[in-house]
Amino acid sequence: MEEKLVLRELEWAYPLRWDEIKEVSTDILILGGGIAGCWAAIAAARKGLKTTLVEKGATIRSGAGGSGCDHWESAATNPCSRVTPEELTMAMIKDHNGYNNGISHYIECREGYDRLLELEKMGGKIRDTGNEFVGAEFRDEKTQFLFSYDYENRFTLRVWGTTFKPALYKECKRLGVEIYDRVMATSLIMDVNKQPSKVLGATGVNGRTGRFFVFKSKATILCMARPTRIWLFSLGLPGISEFRPLQCMGDGHAMAWKAGVKFTMMEKSLRGQWSGDRSYPPYGTGNTHNTWYACSMVDADGKEIPWIDRDGNILKSVSQRYRPSPGQKFFLKGGGESEFPLYEYQGPDTLPVEKLLENGYKLPFYADLPSMPSHERNVIWNLMVAQEGKSRIPIFQRYEEAGFVPEKDLLQSYGKGWTSASFLPRERQLFGTPGGIINDWKLKTNLEGLYAAGDQLFASDCNGHAAATGYYAGRHAADYAIQTSQSILDNQQVEFERRRINSLTNKNEGLGWKEFNLAITRIMQNYCGEIKSRELLNIGLKLLENLETKEAPNLYARNPHELIRSLEVINILTNAKLIINSCLVRKASSKHLHFIRSDYPEMDPLEWHKFITVKLENNKVKVGKLPIDYYGSLKENYEIYNEEYTKKRIIS
Amino acid sequence: MNKKIYVDQESRIVNPIIFDQNLCTGCNRCVEACQVDLFIPNPERKKPPIVLYPTECWYCGCCVMECPKPNAIKLNPPLMNQIYWKRKSEHKY
Repeated sequence: MEEKLVLRELEWAYPLRWDEIKEVSTDILILGGGIAGCWAAIAAARKGLKTTLVEKGATIRSGAGGSGCDHWESAATNPCSRVTPEELTMAMIKDHNGYNNGISHYIECREGYDRLLELEKMGGKIRDTGNEFVGAEFRDEKTQFLFSYDYENRFTLRVWGTTFKPALYKECKRLGVEIYDRVMATSLIMDVNKQPSKVLGATGVNGRTGRFFVFKSKATILCMARPTRIWLFSLGLPGISEFRPLQCMGDGHAMAWKAGVKFTMMEKSLRGQWSGDRSYPPYGTGNTHNTWYACSMVDADGKEIPWIDRDGNILKSVSQRYRPSPGQKFFLKGGGESEFPLYEYQGPDTLPVEKLLENGYKLPFYADLPSMPSHERNVIWNLMVAQEGKSRIPIFQRYEEAGFVPEKDLLQSYGKGWTSASFLPRERQLFGTPGGIINDWKLKTNLEGLYAAGDQLFASDCNGHAAATGYYAGRHAADYAIQTSQSILDNQQVEFERRRINSLTNKNEGLGWKEFNLAITRIMQNYCGEIKSRELLNIGLKLLENLETKEAPNLYARNPHELIRSLEVINILTNAKLIINSCLVRKASSKHLHFIRSDYPEMDPLEWHKFITVKLENNKVKVGKLPIDYYGSLKENYEIYNEEYTKKRIIS
Repeated sequence: MNKKIYVDQESRIVNPIIFDQNLCTGCNRCVEACQVDLFIPNPERKKPPIVLYPTECWYCGCCVMECPKPNAIKLNPPLMNQIYWKRKSEHKY
């Protein structure tokens, strides 16, 4: 009782600076300090430019990849790889029926391995230097690299990724990157007199002190998260509403959309796969995918669940699960890379759950680590589970403390495949190479001085993609900044933003951010769920606009932390509108975009097999189209735009 | 406008972070490593931080990873996420 009374009188722990404005002038401004942001900062700082990194959380561990990473995908230039960057990128593009980012994934395939080697120099662990896996068929004895998925083609590495983010953070500091942790970027500052408009910097606010920031830059790089909490929000446990952390919710998409940045594929959403609230912790249940590829499974009676190749032939050994089928050059992951894998790149998988139940296999199923060959068992549990994002402490360490013994115990599986939950069709997520900002060969957006990397790009995915595109964007933004000068900022925009932010705290009561977020997700589930139509989408848009004009002004924050949360839900609303607008303009259904329009039921008509782009211009949505292969020849274009880097790489 | 403000600790729907009062030195490394920013430092020096926003926890365990004192912080995932496993040898099929 006594303790409670003390807590009620707890004073806010940080000095309040609501009235202060801090101006920061820099060459390169990086918004978002996750994997992409840190790499962008490293690239820019290496070019000798003043580099400023703005991060809402704590750069040392922030972002979706801050707590760990067990795979480094698409390292096609590692000395053991038997596929070329061109082959691998084309496979990823074809597997998504063209709806993929040819440029960013080619960068990942060409440069991802370079970043990995650099991580090692910074203190990250990428090789089996302790010789724990000597003799394993996934180990290369000369390099000490460990591979996953396709053991013959060896382009995905198993890595000790819990070491990565602190190493990147240290390197940023060593290079003199000016880091502003706990600062949320809130808007881009534009030079509207220029055509196309030029980005001159950004505004921000500190989530501990309330201090307002004005960042002036020569070039700016968007490295924030993809939108979340659009369809899924847990009122009770908001922190695990989604796969990614609470505050990784797409501020960057919202501010970019408002500034006139061009997006594509935002109409794509998948039925939910992950949320800590609705499903079990990722990688924490018995399954066969990703971290757990290719674990043996048994049913309730201990009967082994068969693994099959792409032709449905039952595989006789564990080793075969890591090999292409007869006549197949290579495969992309287990099952496939996309939700609808192409036969050409389809990897081994277990028989589908429906088929297993039909054939008399009994639930529940279990991951059977004890029956795996010891190297395979150890690499799944002691390396992959111990090193993947948010699995080292909550899964690896906690399960062991609770008595789980990988050599002895069967771990239950709770759902189909690797998702460990069943969501309703209207409970959706931006997952599996979702939409985002459209980029050119410099990873520049359609706005002058503005670049994008990692999860802000359309069709983004993993840690290696974030690292490679972050570094690449940093390099190109730096080249641009060297030739440009800083402009004078328009004070009106800055003042407008300051007033907008202050209005959330300048009151004594009002609406909480959680109620607001829940209202958005209800609208999106009802009107932008699995099956869409003009009528539904228009109602949804209208309801979101009502929420924006009538309710958003009532949002009330009692301290700087709540201010950040409140600004976030306004951004979530903006992102929801961006998604509905994107859904309205694609007037055809599409299998690979998981996009069903009841008023345009024809699936993938040829005339719609292209990227539909949207951007805001004078408050109106402007629609554009780009050919599905707008990036042209991968190798040729890459080399035109990266002559210096290519030469340096050959020399070193 | 910069007047003093007071905060309420969120009601304990969950209890994601448990400090060992004897081991924690109140260094606040966890406060600085948490990307969600759910802690605030304890007003009393050398005491464990206060978990001000427990429901915002993502359960990544970075606070534990960054803590210099082994076992000073325990990550305590929500009860509904308890997983079942069984000893293979104890089941005859």
